[in-house]
Amino acid sequence: MRAPPSAVTLKGMDLSRLAQRFVEIVGADGVVTDPAELRTYECDGLTAHAATPGVVVLPTTAAQVAEIVRTCVAHGVPYVARGSGTGLSGGALPRTDGVLIVTSKMRRILEVDIDNRRAVVEPGVVNLAVTRAAAADGYYYAPDPSSQQVCSIGGNVAENAGGAHCLKYGFTVNHVLGLQVVTPDGEIVTLDSHAPGYDLLGAFVGSEGTLGIATQVTVRLLRAPEAVQTMLAGFESVDAAGACVSAIIAAGVVPAAVEMMDALAIEAAEAAVACDYPPGAGAVLIVEVDGPSAEVADELAEVRRLAQQTGAFAVRVAADAAERAAIWKGRKSAFAAVGRISPAYLVQDGVVPRTALPQVLGDIAALSRESGIRVANVFHAGDGNLHPLVLYDHAVDGEAERAERVSAEIMARCLAHGGSITGEHGVGVDKSAYMAQMFTDADLDTMQLLRCAFDPRGLCNPGKVFPTPRLCGEAPGPRTGVHPLVASGQAELF
Amino acid sequence: MSDTGHHPSREQLQELVDACVHCGFCLPTCPTYDLWGQEMDSPRGRIHLMKQWLEGAPLTDASVTHLDRCLGCMACVTSCPSGVRYDQLITATRAEVETTYPRTRRERALRGLIFGLFPHPRRLRALRAPLRLAQWTRLDRLAGRTLRRIAPGLGAMATLAPRPGRRERLPARVDARGTRRAVVGMLTGCVQREFFPQVNAATARVLAAEGCDVVIPPDQGCCGALSLHSGRRDEAVRFAERTAAVFTRAGVDAVVVNAAGCGSAMKEYADLGVDAPPVRDLSEWLTELGPVATRHPVPATVAYHDACHLSHAQGIRSAPRQLLSAIPELEVREIADPEICCGSAGVYNLLQPQAARDLGDRKAAHVAATGASMLVSANPGCAMQIAAALGRAGHPLPVAHVAEVLDRSVTG
Repeated sequence: MRAPPSAVTLKGMDLSRLAQRFVEIVGADGVVTDPAELRTYECDGLTAHAATPGVVVLPTTAAQVAEIVRTCVAHGVPYVARGSGTGLSGGALPRTDGVLIVTSKMRRILEVDIDNRRAVVEPGVVNLAVTRAAAADGYYYAPDPSSQQVCSIGGNVAENAGGAHCLKYGFTVNHVLGLQVVTPDGEIVTLDSHAPGYDLLGAFVGSEGTLGIATQVTVRLLRAPEAVQTMLAGFESVDAAGACVSAIIAAGVVPAAVEMMDALAIEAAEAAVACDYPPGAGAVLIVEVDGPSAEVADELAEVRRLAQQTGAFAVRVAADAAERAAIWKGRKSAFAAVGRISPAYLVQDGVVPRTALPQVLGDIAALSRESGIRVANVFHAGDGNLHPLVLYDHAVDGEAERAERVSAEIMARCLAHGGSITGEHGVGVDKSAYMAQMFTDADLDTMQLLRCAFDPRGLCNPGKVFPTPRLCGEAPGPRTGVHPLVASGQAELF
Repeated sequence: MSDTGHHPSREQLQELVDACVHCGFCLPTCPTYDLWGQEMDSPRGRIHLMKQWLEGAPLTDASVTHLDRCLGCMACVTSCPSGVRYDQLITATRAEVETTYPRTRRERALRGLIFGLFPHPRRLRALRAPLRLAQWTRLDRLAGRTLRRIAPGLGAMATLAPRPGRRERLPARVDARGTRRAVVGMLTGCVQREFFPQVNAATARVLAAEGCDVVIPPDQGCCGALSLHSGRRDEAVRFAERTAAVFTRAGVDAVVVNAAGCGSAMKEYADLGVDAPPVRDLSEWLTELGPVATRHPVPATVAYHDACHLSHAQGIRSAPRQLLSAIPELEVREIADPEICCGSAGVYNLLQPQAARDLGDRKAAHVAATGASMLVSANPGCAMQIAAALGRAGHPLPVAHVAEVLDRSVTG
């Protein structure tokens, strides 16, 4: 058992005094200081990293968020924003010496404007709640991370969340029209996607909570497609399923989603939700096509033909919405379902060019064989975004470390094939060490400049995204004094 | 048989806790997370508190507060992709809280009163006359207001109490109409028997109409549900053993239960180390058996409310809807957010009156929005809770049990 967090003294400022100030701002029921309660916030959806926050504040308005940030800035205390706590890269990992600002009480849907096809929501609103609010009018919010029933829009903005349907519809950044943001200075500003000049909104979405805290999000609503068809195909092997994906894309069909699961992932999903996938399949593909009815009928026929041509031994098309939901249930619950077949797991988020999929999957299988660490594969096959789930038992000596090594090696293979260390989960703390493998020092310094322009004090979600110890000989922790790049005359702050 | 039944060991609890991968899929279905939006009032947070306790941290006032606030609705068990047995975890943790955590004198007194009253039908019966008098003279409202100020739990008790129905003495056996298809035992329950006797009468009539001999042992007592779900395990085992013995002696094919909370607890008897005949919820039993009695039209629009101990704990959602939809001229409407608890949750509305009231108000608003002219449920606690909330909202609706609606259709 770890030592309980005590009242940390920060630069002469007792956190309990800071907490007292927060009580004045949000009221007593929005401030958490009890050690047991604080520990429940020690991690998000990725349990491999944990840190008990110094104090937790749950504001209900943007003005309160701004006041909390200003208080932190005045006392030089780092702060981290958190939504529903479902992130998979430790992007909302708290600071033991800092403040965790939780947006889960900011969950009002402020406006559903069907005429202008947009909705204005608070950051704590759950992703799926936006679609529910617009569904009666025949509209929906397109980005659909697998955790859409619980993850918050604010968290989606921070991580530029993706989802199964990003292949056709794009990521969160393509669906955010405007933001109200509390800057790291504690100022409330508005960012608009249509404003002339630099695309600050584009910079903010996916900045992993390092450029400020979104307090209001204007999202695009899309007209629900006239027709949707979902096909489930069982293949002997991952290779055969991969060949089918390539054939579909080569034929010029752009499905709304193309998802693949291998045998181990299928086993987990079956155990969790009895999704009734074709028995004996080495891999299944879920292909969804949507759009105008006539087009969808043509595309479905084409996809079905290609599946059979590439060796699908079972093909099933959902007859109605309930059957479609049943097919998706297996896929969307897959991460958590792995809990049924393994006590713990690491999830990777590497991206490779679609053409390299078979080779990388072969590499992963070999790595798994050599290390004795099982790897289940669930992924967005259409855009080459892999989610290998590296399974281990933390009770077995050394297994966690071996799993970590397999996980790192998978990431290295993705990079070797010209891919990326993350497709949609973000860098957070989990992958920050690998940033240097993907980017040059100059790349990373340039990113730091952008960050410093927003957050010169380095108090806003410090320790995330960038490798630690930091570049430029910086010590980790909240930055004090002048940025090294500024000191060396290479850059200036504005 | 041991007098404490089967207690999960610390190792077993640790295993149950470790099954949680912290994905958070339980958060949106948890009524208290829905109310307050904070981690420690979610299943994921409560499991974390249990983990801290298993790691050696003592139970503190703060952690017990959050464990107490759990309704035990089991919506999280339904929504968990990892298959975490939160139901077993909370039951075991509550038993630990009750045996090791010192409660205040006031809390002890309220709990003592509740558990000295509700599991005992005869004591409940003694309350019927004064309650009717108080309700008739409107004294109950004054008492409710005063009590809410000085003892919120007791205040809730006073305002939630239903107008007791006319007592119908049930015979010890009701013979099947037509060909006999099965012999079933009927649990009469505590609250059901004293405050909703008409539901038991309707249940017996429907069962008989569907060809069941109905055995109603007069010496049956409380099934132990309230005690089990509140961490009073030894008391629960005593009630369970007695109930199991009564129905085993009766020699029935199955025990049919019309109160969701009781049915759910009786299905857990094996976990307590108690053998009993098979247990079926009324709607489950009737769907399995298939209808033989003619259904007469019941022209009405009803909203069907899923009792948590039926939908989440027993996984029964379609059976009652099927039974209702099969009645000619009856329209069944769905209530928004059906998986969220109404706040009744056994004795939760007495122990956590404010949270229960807030959840009741939300449920009542969703029920009112259906435009239905009647609310149908399968649990007496839910019926009292939602009826009270609908009354507060100025939208009073008649509330009926599935058995009563079926009875009306079958009787014609």
